[in-house]
Amino acid sequence: MRNAFCLSLVAQARTQEFVFLTGDLGFLALEPLRDALGTRFINAGVAEQNMVSVAAGLARQGMRPWAYSIAPFIYARPFEHIRNDVCLHGLPVVLVGNGGGYGYGVMGSTHHALEDYGTLLTLSRMRVFIPAFDADVATVVSQLMTIQCPAYLRLGLSEEPRGWTPPPFAAWRKLVSGAGATLIVVGPLAGSVWQPCSELLEPSRPNLWCLSALPLDELPAELLDDIRHSDVLCVAEEHVAHGSAGSTLAAELLAHGCVPKRFVQRIALGYPSGRYGSQKFHRRECGLDATALLEVVRLEQPKS
Amino acid sequence: MNAHVQSSLWKSAKQRLLQMHYESGVGHLGCNLSVLDLLLTLHHDVMSPADQFVLSKGHAAGAYYITLWTLGRLVDADLKTFHRDDTRLSGHPPARGIDEILFATGSLGHGLGLSAGLALGKRLRGELGQVYCVTSDGEWNEGSMWESLIFARHQRLTNLTLIVDLNGLQGFGTTQEVADLSPLAERLRAFGLRSLEVDGHDPLELAAALRERSDDGPLAIVAKTVKGKGVSFMEHRMEWHYLPISAEQYEQALQEVSNA
Repeated sequence: MRNAFCLSLVAQARTQEFVFLTGDLGFLALEPLRDALGTRFINAGVAEQNMVSVAAGLARQGMRPWAYSIAPFIYARPFEHIRNDVCLHGLPVVLVGNGGGYGYGVMGSTHHALEDYGTLLTLSRMRVFIPAFDADVATVVSQLMTIQCPAYLRLGLSEEPRGWTPPPFAAWRKLVSGAGATLIVVGPLAGSVWQPCSELLEPSRPNLWCLSALPLDELPAELLDDIRHSDVLCVAEEHVAHGSAGSTLAAELLAHGCVPKRFVQRIALGYPSGRYGSQKFHRRECGLDATALLEVVRLEQPKS
Repeated sequence: MNAHVQSSLWKSAKQRLLQMHYESGVGHLGCNLSVLDLLLTLHHDVMSPADQFVLSKGHAAGAYYITLWTLGRLVDADLKTFHRDDTRLSGHPPARGIDEILFATGSLGHGLGLSAGLALGKRLRGELGQVYCVTSDGEWNEGSMWESLIFARHQRLTNLTLIVDLNGLQGFGTTQEVADLSPLAERLRAFGLRSLEVDGHDPLELAAALRERSDDGPLAIVAKTVKGKGVSFMEHRMEWHYLPISAEQYEQALQEVSNA
Protein backbone atom coordinates (compact mmCIF):
# COMPACT_ATOMS: atom_id res chain seq x y z
CA MET A 1 0.00 0.00 0.00
CA ARG A 2 2.97 2.30 0.61
CA ASN A 3 3.92 2.30 -3.06
CA ALA A 4 0.35 3.09 -4.07
CA PHE A 5 0.45 5.86 -1.49
CA CYS A 6 3.65 7.30 -2.93
CA LEU A 7 2.37 7.21 -6.50
CA SER A 8 -0.91 8.84 -5.48
CA LEU A 9 0.97 11.67 -3.80
CA VAL A 10 3.29 12.11 -6.77
CA ALA A 11 0.16 12.69 -8.81
CA GLN A 12 -0.71 15.55 -6.44
CA ALA A 13 2.75 17.15 -6.56
CA ARG A 14 1.55 20.08 -8.68
CA THR A 15 -0.55 21.30 -5.78
CA GLN A 16 1.73 24.11 -4.67
CA GLU A 17 0.43 24.11 -1.08
CA PHE A 18 1.25 20.41 -0.63
CA VAL A 19 4.22 19.86 1.73
CA PHE A 20 5.38 16.43 2.85
CA LEU A 21 7.30 15.92 6.09
CA THR A 22 8.82 12.61 7.07
CA GLY A 23 10.32 11.57 10.36
CA ASP A 24 13.37 10.19 8.58
CA LEU A 25 11.49 7.24 7.09
CA GLY A 26 10.58 6.22 3.56
CA PHE A 27 13.74 4.50 2.26
CA LEU A 28 13.02 2.54 -0.95
CA ALA A 29 9.49 3.88 -1.01
CA LEU A 30 9.22 7.66 -0.97
CA GLU A 31 12.12 8.57 -3.28
CA PRO A 32 9.79 9.35 -6.23
CA LEU A 33 7.82 11.72 -4.02
CA ARG A 34 11.01 13.38 -2.79
CA ASP A 35 12.05 13.93 -6.39
CA ALA A 36 8.64 15.26 -7.42
CA LEU A 37 8.27 17.72 -4.53
CA GLY A 38 11.80 19.11 -4.31
CA THR A 39 11.92 21.71 -1.52
CA ARG A 40 8.40 20.76 -0.44
CA PHE A 41 9.67 17.33 0.67
CA ILE A 42 11.20 17.79 4.10
CA ASN A 43 13.00 15.19 6.13
CA ALA A 44 12.26 16.59 9.59
CA GLY A 45 14.60 14.09 11.23
CA VAL A 46 13.90 11.74 14.10
CA ALA A 47 11.92 14.38 15.95
CA GLU A 48 8.19 13.73 15.72
CA GLN A 49 7.11 16.34 18.25
CA ASN A 50 8.74 19.10 16.28
CA MET A 51 7.53 17.64 12.99
CA VAL A 52 3.90 17.90 14.08
CA SER A 53 4.33 21.44 15.42
CA VAL A 54 6.02 22.48 12.19
CA ALA A 55 3.16 20.92 10.25
CA ALA A 56 0.71 22.99 12.30
CA GLY A 57 2.69 26.14 11.55
CA LEU A 58 2.70 25.31 7.85
CA ALA A 59 -1.04 24.69 7.87
CA ARG A 60 -1.57 28.04 9.61
CA GLN A 61 0.20 29.67 6.65
CA GLY A 62 -2.21 28.05 4.20
CA MET A 63 -0.06 25.07 3.24
CA ARG A 64 -1.34 21.48 3.16
CA PRO A 65 1.18 19.52 5.24
CA TRP A 66 1.35 15.75 5.49
CA ALA A 67 3.45 14.29 8.31
CA TYR A 68 4.63 10.71 7.85
CA SER A 69 6.20 8.06 10.01
CA ILE A 70 5.52 4.49 10.94
CA ALA A 71 2.20 4.29 12.74
CA PRO A 72 3.33 4.11 16.39
CA PHE A 73 5.70 7.03 16.00
CA ILE A 74 3.24 9.47 14.43
CA TYR A 75 0.54 9.44 17.11
CA ALA A 76 2.04 8.39 20.46
CA ARG A 77 5.21 10.44 20.93
CA PRO A 78 3.81 13.69 19.53
CA PHE A 79 0.30 13.29 20.96
CA GLU A 80 0.27 16.59 22.84
CA HIS A 81 1.49 18.39 19.74
CA ILE A 82 -1.33 16.83 17.74
CA ARG A 83 -3.84 17.81 20.40
CA ASN A 84 -2.67 21.37 21.12
CA ASP A 85 -1.10 22.53 17.90
CA VAL A 86 -3.24 20.80 15.29
CA CYS A 87 -6.59 19.79 16.73
CA LEU A 88 -7.33 22.72 19.04
CA HIS A 89 -7.11 24.87 15.93
CA GLY A 90 -8.79 22.41 13.55
CA LEU A 91 -5.88 22.65 11.13
CA PRO A 92 -5.84 20.42 8.04
CA VAL A 93 -2.73 18.44 8.89
CA VAL A 94 -2.68 14.87 7.56
CA LEU A 95 -0.87 12.42 9.82
CA VAL A 96 0.19 9.26 8.04
CA GLY A 97 1.00 6.10 9.98
CA ASN A 98 2.45 3.26 8.00
CA GLY A 99 1.95 -0.29 9.26
CA GLY A 100 -0.99 0.18 11.63
CA GLY A 101 -1.98 -2.58 14.03
CA TYR A 102 0.52 -5.45 14.03
CA GLY A 103 1.80 -4.33 10.62
CA TYR A 104 5.44 -4.30 11.66
CA GLY A 105 5.12 -7.90 12.88
CA VAL A 106 8.23 -9.38 14.38
CA MET A 107 9.87 -5.96 14.70
CA GLY A 108 8.22 -6.04 18.11
CA SER A 109 5.78 -4.27 20.34
CA THR A 110 7.37 -0.80 20.14
CA HIS A 111 6.64 -0.85 16.43
CA HIS A 112 2.98 -1.86 16.72
CA ALA A 113 0.13 0.64 16.74
CA LEU A 114 -2.75 -1.06 18.55
CA GLU A 115 -4.45 2.02 19.94
CA ASP A 116 -3.72 4.61 17.27
CA TYR A 117 -7.09 5.57 15.83
CA GLY A 118 -8.97 5.17 19.10
CA THR A 119 -6.53 7.56 20.75
CA LEU A 120 -6.64 10.08 17.92
CA LEU A 121 -10.41 10.00 17.65
CA THR A 122 -10.65 11.41 21.16
CA LEU A 123 -9.37 14.68 19.65
CA SER A 124 -11.50 17.47 18.28
CA ARG A 125 -12.54 17.15 14.61
CA MET A 126 -10.10 14.31 13.89
CA ARG A 127 -11.05 12.06 10.95
CA VAL A 128 -9.49 8.64 10.41
CA PHE A 129 -9.09 6.79 7.14
CA ILE A 130 -8.15 3.12 6.96
CA PRO A 131 -7.98 2.04 3.33
CA ALA A 132 -8.41 -1.69 2.86
CA PHE A 133 -7.03 -2.16 -0.63
CA ASP A 134 -4.34 -0.63 -2.82
CA ALA A 135 -7.09 0.59 -5.11
CA ASP A 136 -8.51 2.73 -2.28
CA VAL A 137 -5.40 4.79 -1.80
CA ALA A 138 -5.69 7.21 -4.72
CA THR A 139 -9.25 8.09 -3.75
CA VAL A 140 -8.34 8.58 -0.10
CA VAL A 141 -5.29 10.70 -0.96
CA SER A 142 -7.40 12.85 -3.23
CA GLN A 143 -9.99 13.38 -0.48
CA LEU A 144 -7.32 14.19 2.10
CA MET A 145 -5.71 16.76 -0.15
CA THR A 146 -8.77 18.98 0.26
CA ILE A 147 -9.92 17.99 3.73
CA GLN A 148 -10.67 20.91 6.05
CA CYS A 149 -9.82 19.27 9.38
CA PRO A 150 -7.09 17.13 11.00
CA ALA A 151 -6.86 13.61 9.65
CA TYR A 152 -5.06 10.35 10.29
CA LEU A 153 -4.33 7.89 7.52
CA ARG A 154 -3.54 4.37 8.71
CA LEU A 155 -1.75 2.40 6.03
CA GLY A 156 -1.32 -1.37 5.95
CA LEU A 157 -0.73 -4.10 3.43
CA SER A 158 -3.35 -4.72 0.79
CA GLU A 159 -4.55 -8.31 1.24
CA GLU A 160 -7.14 -8.85 -1.45
CA PRO A 161 -6.81 -11.98 -3.59
CA ARG A 162 -5.25 -11.50 -6.99
CA GLY A 163 -7.80 -11.00 -9.71
CA TRP A 164 -10.57 -9.73 -7.44
CA THR A 165 -11.66 -6.15 -7.90
CA PRO A 166 -13.02 -4.66 -4.70
CA PRO A 167 -15.78 -2.07 -4.83
CA PRO A 168 -14.68 1.58 -4.94
CA PHE A 169 -13.58 3.23 -1.71
CA ALA A 170 -16.30 4.20 0.75
CA ALA A 171 -16.56 4.41 4.51
CA TRP A 172 -18.80 1.35 4.45
CA ARG A 173 -18.68 -1.33 1.76
CA LYS A 174 -20.61 -4.55 1.63
CA LEU A 175 -18.25 -7.16 0.23
CA VAL A 176 -20.32 -10.36 0.64
CA SER A 177 -24.05 -10.98 1.00
CA GLY A 178 -25.46 -13.99 2.74
CA ALA A 179 -28.08 -15.25 5.15
CA GLY A 180 -25.75 -15.85 8.08
CA ALA A 181 -24.02 -13.59 10.58
CA THR A 182 -22.98 -10.00 10.05
CA LEU A 183 -19.23 -9.59 10.06
CA ILE A 184 -17.65 -6.13 10.03
CA VAL A 185 -13.92 -5.94 9.38
CA VAL A 186 -11.84 -2.77 9.69
CA GLY A 187 -9.25 -2.01 7.01
CA PRO A 188 -6.95 -4.40 5.13
CA LEU A 189 -7.96 -7.48 7.11
CA ALA A 190 -11.10 -7.45 4.95
CA GLY A 191 -9.02 -8.56 1.98
CA SER A 192 -8.01 -11.86 3.52
CA VAL A 193 -11.47 -12.55 4.94
CA TRP A 194 -13.35 -11.87 1.72
CA GLN A 195 -12.56 -15.11 -0.12
CA PRO A 196 -13.26 -17.66 2.65
CA CYS A 197 -16.50 -15.83 3.46
CA SER A 198 -17.64 -15.70 -0.12
CA GLU A 199 -17.01 -19.44 -0.55
CA LEU A 200 -19.44 -20.41 2.20
CA LEU A 201 -22.85 -21.65 1.14
CA GLU A 202 -25.68 -19.18 1.25
CA PRO A 203 -27.32 -20.27 4.53
CA SER A 204 -24.18 -19.75 6.59
CA ARG A 205 -22.49 -17.15 4.41
CA PRO A 206 -22.11 -13.95 6.37
CA ASN A 207 -22.85 -10.42 5.34
CA LEU A 208 -19.32 -9.11 5.19
CA TRP A 209 -18.84 -5.38 5.59
CA CYS A 210 -15.61 -3.42 5.36
CA LEU A 211 -15.25 -0.26 7.44
CA SER A 212 -12.63 2.27 6.28
CA ALA A 213 -13.44 5.63 7.89
CA LEU A 214 -14.07 6.89 11.41
CA PRO A 215 -15.76 8.41 13.31
CA LEU A 216 -18.94 6.67 12.27
CA ASP A 217 -21.23 8.91 10.29
CA GLU A 218 -24.58 7.74 9.01
CA LEU A 219 -24.89 3.98 9.30
CA PRO A 220 -26.12 2.41 6.04
CA ALA A 221 -29.73 1.25 6.23
CA GLU A 222 -28.70 -2.06 4.68
CA LEU A 223 -26.15 -2.59 7.45
CA LEU A 224 -28.77 -1.97 10.12
CA ASP A 225 -31.07 -4.37 8.31
CA ASP A 226 -28.36 -7.04 8.20
CA ILE A 227 -27.67 -6.63 11.91
CA ARG A 228 -31.36 -6.90 12.78
CA HIS A 229 -31.67 -10.13 10.82
CA SER A 230 -28.49 -11.78 12.11
CA ASP A 231 -28.11 -13.88 15.20
CA VAL A 232 -24.62 -12.51 15.74
CA LEU A 233 -22.74 -9.35 14.92
CA CYS A 234 -18.96 -9.69 14.91
CA VAL A 235 -16.60 -6.72 14.57
CA ALA A 236 -12.93 -7.52 13.88
CA GLU A 237 -10.08 -5.02 13.97
CA GLU A 238 -6.40 -4.76 14.80
CA HIS A 239 -6.98 -2.34 17.65
CA VAL A 240 -7.48 -2.66 21.39
CA ALA A 241 -11.02 -2.67 22.76
CA HIS A 242 -10.87 0.84 24.20
CA GLY A 243 -11.57 3.30 21.43
CA SER A 244 -12.23 0.51 18.96
CA ALA A 245 -14.59 0.78 16.02
CA GLY A 246 -16.57 -2.08 17.54
CA SER A 247 -17.17 -0.26 20.82
CA THR A 248 -18.13 2.92 18.98
CA LEU A 249 -20.49 0.97 16.75
CA ALA A 250 -22.12 -0.72 19.75
CA ALA A 251 -22.96 2.69 21.20
CA GLU A 252 -24.28 3.90 17.85
CA LEU A 253 -26.46 0.83 17.46
CA LEU A 254 -27.99 1.39 20.87
CA ALA A 255 -28.74 4.96 19.86
CA HIS A 256 -30.48 3.61 16.75
CA GLY A 257 -32.47 1.10 18.81
CA CYS A 258 -30.78 -1.65 16.83
CA VAL A 259 -29.62 -4.21 19.36
CA PRO A 260 -27.77 -7.24 17.96
CA LYS A 261 -28.89 -10.59 19.31
CA ARG A 262 -25.26 -11.35 20.10
CA PHE A 263 -22.25 -9.07 19.85
CA VAL A 264 -18.73 -10.39 19.43
CA GLN A 265 -15.62 -8.24 19.25
CA ARG A 266 -12.37 -9.59 17.91
CA ILE A 267 -9.63 -7.16 18.80
CA ALA A 268 -5.92 -6.80 19.37
CA LEU A 269 -5.17 -8.47 22.68
CA GLY A 270 -1.57 -7.34 22.91
CA TYR A 271 0.81 -10.23 23.41
CA PRO A 272 -1.07 -13.11 25.07
CA SER A 273 1.81 -15.61 24.86
CA GLY A 274 4.57 -13.08 25.38
CA ARG A 275 6.05 -14.15 22.05
CA TYR A 276 6.51 -12.13 18.90
CA GLY A 277 6.06 -12.95 15.25
CA SER A 278 4.61 -11.84 11.95
CA GLN A 279 1.40 -9.88 11.60
CA LYS A 280 -0.34 -13.20 10.84
CA PHE A 281 1.12 -14.74 14.04
CA HIS A 282 -0.30 -11.94 16.17
CA ARG A 283 -3.65 -12.10 14.40
CA ARG A 284 -3.84 -15.84 15.14
CA GLU A 285 -3.05 -15.19 18.79
CA CYS A 286 -5.93 -12.72 18.94
CA GLY A 287 -8.43 -14.75 16.94
CA LEU A 288 -8.24 -12.16 14.21
CA ASP A 289 -7.22 -14.46 11.37
CA ALA A 290 -9.70 -15.55 8.71
CA THR A 291 -10.00 -19.08 10.14
CA ALA A 292 -10.93 -17.84 13.59
CA LEU A 293 -13.37 -15.27 12.24
CA LEU A 294 -15.08 -17.93 10.16
CA GLU A 295 -15.48 -20.01 13.30
CA VAL A 296 -17.41 -17.13 14.82
CA VAL A 297 -19.72 -16.63 11.90
CA ARG A 298 -20.27 -20.38 11.40
CA LEU A 299 -21.66 -20.59 14.92
CA GLU A 300 -24.54 -18.64 13.50
CA GLN A 301 -26.86 -21.09 11.77
CA PRO A 302 -29.83 -19.83 9.82
CA LYS A 303 -33.18 -20.49 11.40
CA SER A 304 -35.08 -23.31 9.73
CA MET B 1 8.24 56.46 19.17
CA ASN B 2 9.74 59.30 21.20
CA ALA B 3 11.06 58.56 24.66
CA HIS B 4 8.36 60.45 26.55
CA VAL B 5 5.47 58.77 24.75
CA GLN B 6 7.14 55.43 25.15
CA SER B 7 7.75 55.89 28.86
CA SER B 8 4.15 56.92 29.40
CA LEU B 9 2.77 54.00 27.40
CA TRP B 10 5.02 51.47 29.13
CA LYS B 11 3.96 52.82 32.52
CA SER B 12 0.26 52.63 31.75
CA ALA B 13 0.74 49.07 30.45
CA LYS B 14 2.33 48.01 33.73
CA GLN B 15 -0.40 49.71 35.75
CA ARG B 16 -3.08 48.02 33.66
CA LEU B 17 -1.38 44.64 34.01
CA LEU B 18 -1.35 44.97 37.78
CA GLN B 19 -4.98 46.09 37.79
CA MET B 20 -6.08 43.18 35.60
CA HIS B 21 -4.34 40.61 37.76
CA TYR B 22 -5.54 42.23 40.97
CA GLU B 23 -9.15 42.36 39.81
CA SER B 24 -9.11 38.78 38.60
CA GLY B 25 -7.20 37.42 41.58
CA VAL B 26 -4.78 35.61 39.30
CA GLY B 27 -1.09 34.87 39.77
CA HIS B 28 1.70 34.67 37.16
CA LEU B 29 2.50 38.36 37.71
CA GLY B 30 6.23 37.79 38.13
CA CYS B 31 6.77 36.25 34.71
CA ASN B 32 4.42 38.77 33.08
CA LEU B 33 6.47 41.64 34.45
CA SER B 34 9.69 40.03 33.26
CA VAL B 35 8.51 39.85 29.65
CA LEU B 36 6.31 42.94 29.33
CA ASP B 37 9.07 45.38 28.25
CA LEU B 38 10.09 42.90 25.60
CA LEU B 39 6.57 42.40 24.22
CA LEU B 40 5.86 46.12 24.16
CA THR B 41 9.11 46.89 22.36
CA LEU B 42 8.59 44.11 19.85
CA HIS B 43 5.00 45.04 19.01
CA HIS B 44 5.33 48.83 19.07
CA ASP B 45 8.82 49.45 17.75
CA VAL B 46 9.81 46.45 15.65
CA MET B 47 7.07 44.35 14.10
CA SER B 48 5.53 45.20 10.74
CA PRO B 49 2.20 43.90 9.40
CA ALA B 50 3.98 41.07 7.55
CA ASP B 51 5.55 39.79 10.76
CA GLN B 52 4.06 37.14 13.03
CA PHE B 53 4.38 36.41 16.72
CA VAL B 54 4.10 33.31 18.90
CA LEU B 55 4.18 33.47 22.68
CA SER B 56 5.67 30.10 23.55
CA LYS B 57 5.69 30.96 27.26
CA GLY B 58 1.92 30.99 27.37
CA HIS B 59 1.84 31.64 31.11
CA ALA B 60 2.68 35.26 30.24
CA ALA B 61 -0.69 35.63 28.52
CA GLY B 62 -1.48 38.60 30.78
CA ALA B 63 1.45 40.60 29.40
CA TYR B 64 0.42 39.67 25.88
CA TYR B 65 -3.19 40.75 26.44
CA ILE B 66 -1.96 44.04 27.86
CA THR B 67 0.31 44.51 24.84
CA LEU B 68 -2.69 43.96 22.57
CA TRP B 69 -4.62 46.45 24.71
CA THR B 70 -1.91 49.06 24.15
CA LEU B 71 -2.29 48.41 20.43
CA GLY B 72 -6.06 48.87 20.59
CA ARG B 73 -6.67 45.22 19.69
CA LEU B 74 -8.27 44.57 23.06
CA VAL B 75 -10.29 47.04 25.10
CA ASP B 76 -10.93 47.54 28.81
CA ALA B 77 -14.14 45.57 28.58
CA ASP B 78 -12.10 42.59 27.34
CA LEU B 79 -9.54 42.91 30.12
CA LYS B 80 -12.28 42.98 32.75
CA THR B 81 -13.26 39.46 31.67
CA PHE B 82 -9.73 38.08 32.10
CA HIS B 83 -9.80 34.67 33.75
CA ARG B 84 -13.56 34.79 34.32
CA ASP B 85 -16.45 32.75 32.96
CA ASP B 86 -17.42 33.40 29.34
CA THR B 87 -14.14 35.18 28.52
CA ARG B 88 -11.97 35.16 25.42
CA LEU B 89 -8.98 35.84 27.67
CA SER B 90 -8.20 32.52 29.29
CA GLY B 91 -5.24 32.12 31.60
CA HIS B 92 -3.13 31.01 28.65
CA PRO B 93 -3.50 32.24 25.05
CA PRO B 94 -6.67 30.84 23.44
CA ALA B 95 -6.97 28.82 20.25
CA ARG B 96 -9.73 31.00 18.87
CA GLY B 97 -11.30 34.40 19.26
CA ILE B 98 -8.36 36.82 18.99
CA ASP B 99 -6.97 37.25 15.48
CA GLU B 100 -3.46 38.21 16.59
CA ILE B 101 -3.06 35.00 18.60
CA LEU B 102 -2.11 32.35 16.09
CA PHE B 103 -1.80 29.43 18.50
CA ALA B 104 -2.98 28.35 21.89
CA THR B 105 0.10 27.93 24.03
CA GLY B 106 0.69 27.17 27.68
CA SER B 107 2.14 23.70 27.57
CA LEU B 108 5.81 24.53 27.21
CA GLY B 109 7.92 23.33 24.32
CA HIS B 110 5.47 23.98 21.48
CA GLY B 111 5.99 27.55 20.32
CA LEU B 112 9.37 27.21 18.68
CA GLY B 113 8.27 24.33 16.44
CA LEU B 114 5.10 26.22 15.54
CA SER B 115 7.18 29.27 14.71
CA ALA B 116 9.54 27.20 12.61
CA GLY B 117 6.52 25.95 10.67
CA LEU B 118 5.29 29.51 10.16
CA ALA B 119 8.73 30.61 8.98
CA LEU B 120 9.09 27.65 6.65
CA GLY B 121 5.62 28.31 5.28
CA LYS B 122 6.53 31.93 4.57
CA ARG B 123 9.62 30.81 2.72
CA LEU B 124 7.80 28.19 0.66
CA ARG B 125 5.12 30.73 -0.28
CA GLY B 126 7.69 33.42 -1.08
CA GLU B 127 6.23 35.73 1.57
CA LEU B 128 8.09 38.46 3.40
CA GLY B 129 8.10 38.99 7.13
CA GLN B 130 9.80 37.74 10.25
CA VAL B 131 8.41 35.26 12.77
CA TYR B 132 9.18 36.15 16.39
CA CYS B 133 8.91 33.55 19.11
CA VAL B 134 9.27 34.34 22.82
CA THR B 135 10.22 31.41 25.04
CA SER B 136 10.88 31.22 28.75
CA ASP B 137 14.21 30.01 30.09
CA GLY B 138 12.80 27.07 32.06
CA GLU B 139 11.08 25.99 28.85
CA TRP B 140 14.44 24.86 27.52
CA ASN B 141 14.14 21.84 29.84
CA GLU B 142 11.71 20.50 27.23
CA GLY B 143 13.27 18.12 24.70
CA SER B 144 11.00 19.38 21.95
CA MET B 145 12.72 22.80 22.15
CA TRP B 146 15.98 21.25 21.11
CA GLU B 147 14.25 19.29 18.33
CA SER B 148 12.90 22.57 17.01
CA LEU B 149 16.20 24.36 17.40
CA ILE B 150 18.00 21.69 15.38
CA PHE B 151 15.29 21.82 12.71
CA ALA B 152 15.21 25.61 12.45
CA ARG B 153 18.95 25.83 12.16
CA HIS B 154 19.18 22.97 9.66
CA GLN B 155 16.49 24.55 7.50
CA ARG B 156 18.36 27.88 7.68
CA LEU B 157 15.24 29.75 8.73
CA THR B 158 16.64 33.27 8.61
CA ASN B 159 13.11 34.65 8.91
CA LEU B 160 12.82 33.31 12.47
CA THR B 161 13.90 35.16 15.60
CA LEU B 162 13.73 33.31 18.88
CA ILE B 163 13.86 35.26 22.10
CA VAL B 164 14.50 33.83 25.54
CA ASP B 165 13.06 35.61 28.56
CA LEU B 166 15.96 34.75 30.86
CA ASN B 167 14.60 35.60 34.29
CA GLY B 168 16.43 32.75 36.02
CA LEU B 169 13.43 31.36 37.87
CA GLN B 170 11.19 28.45 36.96
CA GLY B 171 8.38 26.46 38.52
CA PHE B 172 10.05 25.15 41.67
CA GLY B 173 13.50 26.64 41.84
CA THR B 174 16.06 28.68 39.97
CA THR B 175 17.02 27.54 36.49
CA GLN B 176 20.50 26.81 37.81
CA GLU B 177 19.15 24.63 40.61
CA VAL B 178 16.68 22.66 38.49
CA ALA B 179 18.50 21.92 35.23
CA ASP B 180 21.39 24.27 34.63
CA LEU B 181 21.74 25.31 31.00
CA SER B 182 23.86 28.37 31.61
CA PRO B 183 25.28 30.05 29.71
CA LEU B 184 22.28 29.58 27.42
CA ALA B 185 23.48 32.04 24.78
CA GLU B 186 26.64 30.02 24.33
CA ARG B 187 24.73 26.78 24.10
CA LEU B 188 22.59 28.27 21.35
CA ARG B 189 25.77 29.38 19.58
CA ALA B 190 27.04 25.83 19.83
CA PHE B 191 24.02 24.81 17.75
CA GLY B 192 25.13 27.21 15.05
CA LEU B 193 22.92 30.19 15.84
CA ARG B 194 23.95 33.78 15.98
CA SER B 195 23.08 34.60 19.55
CA LEU B 196 22.80 38.06 21.11
CA GLU B 197 22.57 38.91 24.79
CA VAL B 198 20.65 42.03 25.79
CA ASP B 199 19.09 43.76 28.76
CA GLY B 200 15.48 42.63 28.48
CA HIS B 201 14.21 45.80 30.14
CA ASP B 202 16.02 48.33 27.94
CA PRO B 203 13.73 49.24 25.02
CA LEU B 204 16.52 50.70 22.91
CA GLU B 205 18.82 47.75 23.35
CA LEU B 206 15.94 45.34 22.79
CA ALA B 207 14.73 47.08 19.63
CA ALA B 208 18.21 47.14 18.14
CA ALA B 209 18.66 43.43 18.75
CA LEU B 210 15.19 42.55 17.47
CA ARG B 211 15.94 44.31 14.18
CA GLU B 212 19.09 42.24 13.69
CA ARG B 213 19.12 39.22 11.39
CA SER B 214 21.35 36.24 10.92
CA ASP B 215 22.35 35.46 7.35
CA ASP B 216 22.47 31.70 7.66
CA GLY B 217 19.76 30.71 10.13
CA PRO B 218 17.51 31.86 12.93
CA LEU B 219 18.64 34.64 15.22
CA ALA B 220 18.62 34.00 18.97
CA ILE B 221 18.24 36.80 21.48
CA VAL B 222 18.78 36.02 25.13
CA ALA B 223 17.05 38.80 27.04
CA LYS B 224 18.25 39.05 30.62
CA THR B 225 15.23 39.97 32.68
CA VAL B 226 14.05 40.22 36.26
CA LYS B 227 11.05 38.25 37.41
CA GLY B 228 8.61 40.71 38.95
CA LYS B 229 10.48 43.66 37.39
CA GLY B 230 9.52 47.03 38.84
CA VAL B 231 7.81 45.78 42.00
CA SER B 232 10.30 45.54 44.83
CA PHE B 233 8.69 42.72 46.76
CA MET B 234 8.23 40.62 43.62
CA GLU B 235 11.65 40.96 42.03
CA HIS B 236 13.61 37.69 41.87
CA ARG B 237 10.94 35.94 43.96
CA MET B 238 9.70 32.59 42.72
CA GLU B 239 6.39 32.76 44.61
CA TRP B 240 5.19 35.51 42.26
CA HIS B 241 4.94 32.89 39.57
CA TYR B 242 1.85 31.72 41.45
CA LEU B 243 0.46 34.12 44.03
CA PRO B 244 -2.43 36.51 43.55
CA ILE B 245 -1.88 40.04 44.81
CA SER B 246 -3.61 41.44 47.92
CA ALA B 247 -5.18 44.92 48.13
CA GLU B 248 -2.25 46.31 50.10
CA GLN B 249 0.28 44.73 47.78
CA TYR B 250 -1.59 46.07 44.78
CA GLU B 251 -1.48 49.62 46.12
CA GLN B 252 2.25 49.36 46.79
CA ALA B 253 3.00 47.78 43.42
CA LEU B 254 0.94 50.40 41.61
CA GLN B 255 2.78 53.16 43.42
CA GLU B 256 6.17 51.69 42.58
CA VAL B 257 5.53 51.32 38.85
CA SER B 258 3.88 54.76 38.74
CA ASN B 259 6.86 56.40 40.39
CA ALA B 260 9.50 54.57 38.39
